[in-house]
Amino acid sequence: MNYDLKEVCKDIRCDIMTCIGHLGVGHIGGCLSIVEALAVLYFKEMNIDPAQPKMAGRDRFICSKGHAGPAVYATLANRGYFDKKELLTLNQGGTHLPSHCDMNLTTGIDMTTGSLGQGFSCAVGVALGSKLEKDGATIYAMIGDGESQEGQIWEAAMFAAAKKLDNLIAFTDYNRMQIDGTTMEVNDLDPLAEKWSAFGWNVIDVEDGNDVEQVEEAVAHAKLGRGSEKPTMIILNTKKGCGVRWIEDLGTGNHNCPVSEEQAAAAIREIRGED
Amino acid sequence: MEMRAVYAECLAAMMKQDKHVVLLDADLGKASGTLGLRKDFPDQIFDCGVAEQDMASIAAGLSSYGFKPWIESFTPFATRRICDQVAISISYAKRNVKIVGTDPGIAAELNGGTHMSMEDIGVMRSIPGVVIFEPVDAVQLRAAMPVLNAYEGPVYVRLFRKELPDVFTEGYKFDLFKADTLKEGKDLTIFVSGFLTRDVLTAAGQLAAEGIDAEVINIHTIKPIDREAVIASARKTGAVLTVENHNVIGGLQSAVLEALAAEKVPVCAVGVEDRFGEVGKLPYLREAMGLTVENIVAHARKAVSLK
Repeated sequence: MNYDLKEVCKDIRCDIMTCIGHLGVGHIGGCLSIVEALAVLYFKEMNIDPAQPKMAGRDRFICSKGHAGPAVYATLANRGYFDKKELLTLNQGGTHLPSHCDMNLTTGIDMTTGSLGQGFSCAVGVALGSKLEKDGATIYAMIGDGESQEGQIWEAAMFAAAKKLDNLIAFTDYNRMQIDGTTMEVNDLDPLAEKWSAFGWNVIDVEDGNDVEQVEEAVAHAKLGRGSEKPTMIILNTKKGCGVRWIEDLGTGNHNCPVSEEQAAAAIREIRGED
Repeated sequence: MEMRAVYAECLAAMMKQDKHVVLLDADLGKASGTLGLRKDFPDQIFDCGVAEQDMASIAAGLSSYGFKPWIESFTPFATRRICDQVAISISYAKRNVKIVGTDPGIAAELNGGTHMSMEDIGVMRSIPGVVIFEPVDAVQLRAAMPVLNAYEGPVYVRLFRKELPDVFTEGYKFDLFKADTLKEGKDLTIFVSGFLTRDVLTAAGQLAAEGIDAEVINIHTIKPIDREAVIASARKTGAVLTVENHNVIGGLQSAVLEALAAEKVPVCAVGVEDRFGEVGKLPYLREAMGLTVENIVAHARKAVSLK
């Protein structure tokens, strides 16, 4: 089935606003910045079946920046893994949708993440497992730019290259913002592409990681890396809070901020182009 | 036979039988006795290099793919160094990973204070869901390995690498969650884990000559501790001594005290008195840390006197 990915992105963004607005607070900035990548993976590239979330040999997505859980949940709900109504239970006691991804609670989530850096190593373990099983799956992982300050990211990067895990395609959500300031102010990552290249990875630098066509092209290109004996890093130059003007304008203040239901409703009108 | 040789032999048998049993190392295959297995199991043994955190989380990832990973390092690096990875990647995520730490406590000898884990049991005991097992000899380790492999969930194995005198005999029946009574007695109970078990039996012999009849119970699984056995024996003898190659805070003494919190029984302890390790050979370190037969006997007398 072919989806209109631009429309899918709007749907996911609106559902992120709805569930975080309903709750009143959340990691809104880093959810909105990865929407295009999620749409391309779940609505185009990944070999998955929402009716069989544990299907053997399926492609997997590991959101190592686990605080973007609401973005992944909105994507899964839109893809049919569970009812959209469940999104309103985000972070309520007893929910299946905690702020950070939990493989034991949420249908369609393949790894428990939240302690930064660890999910990426887990993804490397999953990619190694797939290689050993020879099942042909592609393993995708999303890491944050702030998360890339964790030493474990680079331990995993080295191992993945050493073990020639060319079934692993990772993304960096390079929005250049973290909690205490910009990444340049806090602990600069640049030159990021050169770092990944020096670690033995194929690197694709996407000029606008919130342009769904550019992301589509990058993922299609990355899949050609199978056989190169190298994992691939797609650096997505994104905008934190992308799609909602006032959230974008908050800058580093949008990492985890209050969102009222009225603000969410207005944001949805903005995303839909109804303003 | 060295404990690490028994461990490696058991792992080899398990890997041969099941290709989903895998071993991850952090550049200590030689020390752990498993380096020689690599040529026979190239698709089941992976060296992560000196990157224990990565190793722990990779193992969690492999577990999510249906593998049964074992990871190994020296005790400090298999516990306190990767505490958060054990907590989140492994236990919180309910991953089936076995964690082997070698050279516990003073067994680190010439590697000294940096490598001498006096707190590893405390670290692991505070993480929900982690089973902690410390074998006393080759017989028990051989009996335990397949049981640990079959257990679905994280287990920390506190492994003395070198040869240890046998405490158990062939035909020993191992139950992961049941303590083993090695000697029955009526005057006090000595709970002991790990390689000091043999010393406690020696001490019990000396105590018998003084007319003190000690019951000796090996707590091979420190978490979850066999509460029923601990409480029943403490009630029977009315006095308790714990003996451990670990800080007296957070380890066996703490586990026994928690089990006995509602009991009116004096509890004394022989263990490392809240200090770091230092370099030295075992005889020196035993003296320095008070892990001697003489000290066990003295503390047993004290426990009895407090009844």
